[in-house]
Amino acid sequence: MNAILGALETGLIYGIMALGVYITYRILDFPDLTVDGSFPLGGAISASLLLAGFNPILVLLISFIAGCLAGIVTGIIHVKLKVRNLIAGIIVMTGLYTINLRIAGRSNLPLRLDTSTIFRNNFLFEMIPDTLVPYLPLIVIVFLSLGAKFILDWYLGTRSGYLLRAVGDNDLLVTVLAKDKGTVKIIGLAIANGLVAFAGSIFVQRYRAFDISLGVGTVVIGLASVIVGLAIARKIPLIKVTSAVIIGSILYRMCLALAIRAGLPASDMKLITALLLLVILVISSERIKKAKPEVSPGRIKKAVPGA
Amino acid sequence: MLDLIDLEKYYARGTVDETHLFKDFNLTVPDGQFLAIIGSNGSGKTSLLNAICGDIPIDGGSIILDGVDITKQKNFERYASTGRVFQDPAAGTCPSMTILENLSIAENKGKPYNLGRGVSHNRVDYYRSLLEPLGLGLENKLNAKVESLSGGQRQALALLVSTMVPLKLLILDEHTAALDPKTQQITMDLTNQLVEEKDLTTVMVTHNLRHALKYGDRLIMLHEGDIILDKEGAEKEALVLEDIINMFNEISIEYGN
Repeated sequence: MNAILGALETGLIYGIMALGVYITYRILDFPDLTVDGSFPLGGAISASLLLAGFNPILVLLISFIAGCLAGIVTGIIHVKLKVRNLIAGIIVMTGLYTINLRIAGRSNLPLRLDTSTIFRNNFLFEMIPDTLVPYLPLIVIVFLSLGAKFILDWYLGTRSGYLLRAVGDNDLLVTVLAKDKGTVKIIGLAIANGLVAFAGSIFVQRYRAFDISLGVGTVVIGLASVIVGLAIARKIPLIKVTSAVIIGSILYRMCLALAIRAGLPASDMKLITALLLLVILVISSERIKKAKPEVSPGRIKKAVPGA
Repeated sequence: MLDLIDLEKYYARGTVDETHLFKDFNLTVPDGQFLAIIGSNGSGKTSLLNAICGDIPIDGGSIILDGVDITKQKNFERYASTGRVFQDPAAGTCPSMTILENLSIAENKGKPYNLGRGVSHNRVDYYRSLLEPLGLGLENKLNAKVESLSGGQRQALALLVSTMVPLKLLILDEHTAALDPKTQQITMDLTNQLVEEKDLTTVMVTHNLRHALKYGDRLIMLHEGDIILDKEGAEKEALVLEDIINMFNEISIEYGN
C-alpha cells in the first residue's frame, strides 16, 4: 500500500514535469534536454530558500520563474544564435549543473527537521483532520498537479496557446500570421521548463533533500510518460492529452515500483528507467518518426522559404 | 500598390557558380491588379515572390508596398499586410488543429495573440457563412481536424484563411500545382472570386499556362530574371496558348535545350 501511495505521489510530481516535456517534445517538436538541469534547478533553489526560511509557496513560484529563465536561455541559444535544438539543450543542461551546485552550496542538501514546506506547515495541520494526515502529501500533490494541468489546458485554448500549437505544427503559418516563430518557441520553452522546475521544487519539498544527481534521466522519464500518455489518449477518445500524460507518468512510476519490488536493488533505478523507455518506444510506434499523423500522401516536399 | 525598384539578386555570389539573377529588375503592380507570372524553372518566379515576402535577402534595390519601404522588414513583419498561399496544401493551415481553430487563429492576424480565448463561439455562424459557398461541406465539420481533409479542401481553406483579414497584397505561389485538374479548376474559380470580391492586389505564380491566360488582368513571363513578355488588358485578352508555347520553345532553342 505504501509503495503504491509512494508511486502515486512521485508519479503525480513527475507528471507536472512530463507536462513540460509534452510542450517541448510534442507541441514544439523540440527535443529539449534542458529539463535534466531545470528539474534540479527547482530543487536546488527550493532547498536553499526553504532553509533560509522563505514561504514554501513563494519558493514554488520562484522555482517556476527560474525554470522559465532556463528555458528562455535555451530558446535564445537555439533561435538567436542558431544552435541546433538538441545542442542548445545540452549546453544549458551542462551549465545548470554548476549553477545548481552553486545555489545549493554542496552536492547534497537536506532540509532540517523543522523546515516548513508546502507539505509541512502549521496552516495545513490546523486545516486537516487527523485521520487524513497520512494522505496529506498526496492531497497537496493532487491539488498541484491538477492545478498545473488545468492551467496548461486553459493556456493552450488561448490565442497565445494557439500560436504555440501552430509553431510546432506548421511554423510557416506562424510567419504568415505575421508573428516571429522564434519568439513563440522561446515562450514555449519558458513555460515547459517553468513546469519542470516547479515539479523539481515539489519533489524536494516532499522528500526533504536536494541532491545534485536529482536531474539525471529527467528527460527519459518525461519522454516515457508523454509517449505512454499519447498512447492512452489514442485509445480513449475523450481524454485530454494533458490528463493522459499525467496518468502515463503514474503508470511509469508503478512499473518502476514493481521492478524494485521484484527484487532489483534501488541503485539499478536509472538503468531500469532507461530500459523501460526503450520498451515503451518499441511497443509504441514512436521509434523513427514521431506519432504525428501522416500528412496527406500527395504532400509535396518543397524547400520552405525562410524556414 | 507594389513597387520593385532596381532589384538585385545574386546566388552563390563570389564563387565560380555565381548567378546574377535580377539585374536592375523593376516591376510595378498597381492597386487591385491581378498579375499572373509564368516562366520556366530557374526563371526567377519563386525568387521574386520570396524577395517580396522577405524570405530571401536581396542584394540591392528596394521594395515599396503602398508607399512604405519594406525592404528592411523581416519576413514576419511583411506578412502583417500580405497573405500567401503555398504550393503545398499542408502549408497554409495547421493540420492538428480543427477547421474552427484554424479560422479563429487566422482571423486574429494583426491583433495581439494574448490570453483571450482562442475561439470566439459567436463567430461560428460567420465562419459557416464563409465556408458554405465553397460547396465542400466544410461548414458541417468545423470541429474536424484539418489533417483529415483532402488536398483540395485544405487549399480552399488555406485561400479562405489567408484572405480573412484586410490585405495590401496576396501572393499565390503555384497554389494549384499539387492538385488534380478538377480541383485546380475549383481552386482557381474560388481564387478569382475572392480576388474580385475583395479587390485584392494579387501576384500569382503558375506553371499552368491556361490559368495564366484565363485569370488575371496582366500576364508577365520571366526568363533568367528578365521580363520578356508583359501584356495587360486587351493585349492580354488577345494572347493565345500557342503564342506562349512558342515563346517557351524559342527560349529552349536559344539555350540549346
